[in-house]
Amino acid sequence: MSDEKKMLQELSDQEYKWGFVTDVDADTVPPGLNEDVIRFISHKKNEPDWLLAFRLKAYAHFLTLTPPRWQKVQYAEPDLQAISYYSAPKQKEKPKSIDEIDPEILATYEKLGIPLMEQKRLEGVAVDAVFDSVSVATTHQKKLADMGVLFMSFSEAVESHPELVRRYLGKVVPHTDNFYAALNSAVFTDGSFVYIPKGLKCPLELSTYFRINAANTGQFERTLIVADEGAYVSYLEGCTAPQRDENQLHAAVVELYVHDDAEIKYSTVQNWYPGDKDGKGGIYNFVTKRGLCAGDRSKISWTQVETGSAVTWKYPSCVLKGDDSIGEFYSVALTNNLQQADTGTKMVHLGRNTRSTIISKGISAGRGDQTYRGLVKMGKNAVNARNFTQCDSMLLGDKCGAHTMPYIESRNSTARIEHEATTTKIGEDQIFYCNQRGISTEDAVSLIVGGFCREVFQELPLEFAVEAQKLLSVSLEGSVG
Amino acid sequence: MLRIEDLYAGTQGQDILKGIDLEIKPGEVHAIMGPNGSGKSTLSQVLAGNEAYDVTSGTVTYQGRDLLELGADERALAGIFLAFQYPVEIPGFSNEKFLRTAVNAQRRHRGEPELDAFDFAQLAKDKMALMELDPDLLNRSLNVGFSGGEKKRNECFQMALLEPSLAILDETDSGLDIDALRIVSRGVNALRRPDRSVLLITHYQRLLEYIVPDYVHVLADGRIVRSGGKELAAELEQTGYGWLEDMTAGEVAQ
Ligand SMILES: Nc1ncnc2c1ncn2[C@@H]1O[C@H](COP(=O)(O)OP(=O)(O)OP(=O)(O)O)[C@@H](O)[C@H]1O
Ligand SMILES: [Mg+2]
Repeated sequence: MSDEKKMLQELSDQEYKWGFVTDVDADTVPPGLNEDVIRFISHKKNEPDWLLAFRLKAYAHFLTLTPPRWQKVQYAEPDLQAISYYSAPKQKEKPKSIDEIDPEILATYEKLGIPLMEQKRLEGVAVDAVFDSVSVATTHQKKLADMGVLFMSFSEAVESHPELVRRYLGKVVPHTDNFYAALNSAVFTDGSFVYIPKGLKCPLELSTYFRINAANTGQFERTLIVADEGAYVSYLEGCTAPQRDENQLHAAVVELYVHDDAEIKYSTVQNWYPGDKDGKGGIYNFVTKRGLCAGDRSKISWTQVETGSAVTWKYPSCVLKGDDSIGEFYSVALTNNLQQADTGTKMVHLGRNTRSTIISKGISAGRGDQTYRGLVKMGKNAVNARNFTQCDSMLLGDKCGAHTMPYIESRNSTARIEHEATTTKIGEDQIFYCNQRGISTEDAVSLIVGGFCREVFQELPLEFAVEAQKLLSVSLEGSVG
Repeated sequence: MLRIEDLYAGTQGQDILKGIDLEIKPGEVHAIMGPNGSGKSTLSQVLAGNEAYDVTSGTVTYQGRDLLELGADERALAGIFLAFQYPVEIPGFSNEKFLRTAVNAQRRHRGEPELDAFDFAQLAKDKMALMELDPDLLNRSLNVGFSGGEKKRNECFQMALLEPSLAILDETDSGLDIDALRIVSRGVNALRRPDRSVLLITHYQRLLEYIVPDYVHVLADGRIVRSGGKELAAELEQTGYGWLEDMTAGEVAQ
């Protein structure tokens, strides 16, 4: 092995640096999935009857479904009876202020670079921190409330604004949508709720940070974001988990609902534990994310940087119902070692003059395998609808794989669909050329990959673009040779 | 500056270089000529540290250090620059970013403060003017879609920015028009100093009229078979390499 390869190998063997476990006392139900567990969760959260009914209906439907098998990923089916569906850090009451939160949890978020304490908060970003199944803190709440923005944990929203939750819950992703959406609808524990009132351009970035801590738990969060007429919000989501030998299931549902002239920009930097270099452990990330451009001239923009998880399976989608509505999907997905990803998007054009853009950048390294799967559907009323798709894959080394599966359905002859796809390889000659100018191999790889992902990174809020770039470099270390 | 002794190197178990001896002193310009496939590019790649080639025996000393111990990036930081015969394209990586990263890697190595984008732009502007290169090339992806001549001039522009102690130019004159040849030569001559050396690989005596070498060597089948002064280049232009056949035949006969 050459020195270069050796160095890269060592770097790649370095530990997942977010993999620590926090020692907190938790309230956890015994593993198992049944109606009693669902009633327990609902009771524990003081939910109104209609919500329990929603859960039970979803569960009844779930029992009729079998796990999906069409995706191009291979994994041991998670044993749903071995998972605990509720784990909450033990605390007397819901904390009234940050001071009442378990210092261990605060320290965890500090360590992750997400300060929750008043004096250290991120300027311009409001954070909702979700620890295992529950939201432990939301920053900047007063400032947001003064503007009329509702940004709180899902459970809190159920208590304080049940009418809003009831009006929108399940309207974009019905419980009948798919196996994991049905499961989530039955057992979801917490998540974030956002409502931006008419005409308000939310000046703060809203951010939720998900952390799975307890062993043998699943994380089933539910996010619901509503932008009323003319409103705008930029929402960010970050995720990490401790390093564990067994696989943990993360099956979230995210629903976006956008009224006339409103816009939601949703960015994800997903860094769940990917498993070790032999493929042991890691998160199964089976998420249903969908946005409805219900109003005319509404817009949804998904940006995702996916570097973590053992198996990722998700398709953030847009249903473009309003006339002149716009859907965008910008994605960077990276698979290294034995990671697998089957990801992409669905753009469903229903209204007139609807437009969508898909920019997908897939990077495979090690023995990673990934598939871009995208559906562009033009409904019969989608007069003059347009889609542009660009799908680029980059391979590092010769043991990885990249696949592109675009599906196109058009029922309107005036609709136009364009698709471009490229595959490139970082060659040893490129690395050598950089080395010859004095640039180290590590810097060369990260610059080349950074250049490859530029169109997506520039869609991220600035500080997250920097984070994403760093994350990518760390995840890639050791992948060339 | 550089001393190569009995160097054997190749790839896939096959030697391409079969016993090279060469010494380059500070301030000297050496030219290497020789037929296609004789190993000229291989020599330049081995000196620059391309790991696609294995050195099977021999030594290379550069400024008193064992060059073969150093990685390619360390050699570059130690002042070795190779203008590639076939510059590599990197889509999505801008020429500007590439060069600024390279210049700053070298400055960091020398303990100098790094240049920000503005300082670098100023420096680049001056050097591009010297190479009469279109400033737009700086913002394009590295070498992607550059014409053959633009690629070669971009290599010289990089050399002008990095100011190497030992510049190796692998057929930088091939594919250049007359004006470009003059510009490139001017760039190389501007770099010449008593403490810097140049190794020119070329097929044409014309380049050597602009950059006058101290020595000319002929490489054939992985060996230096003749060395002489600048007049050897003119002679080769006249005779070609046919005489090599006789020579190897003669050797075999012995
Ligand atoms: N990476 C490689 N793999 C296999 N063979 C190689 C490789 N590099 C060089 N060779 C072979 O080694 C020999 C010398 O090649 P080299 O490129 O050094 O020649 P050159 O003298 O530079 O020729 P030219 O004048 O055409 O540029 C050729 O036969 C070539 O095919
Ligand atoms: Mg050559």
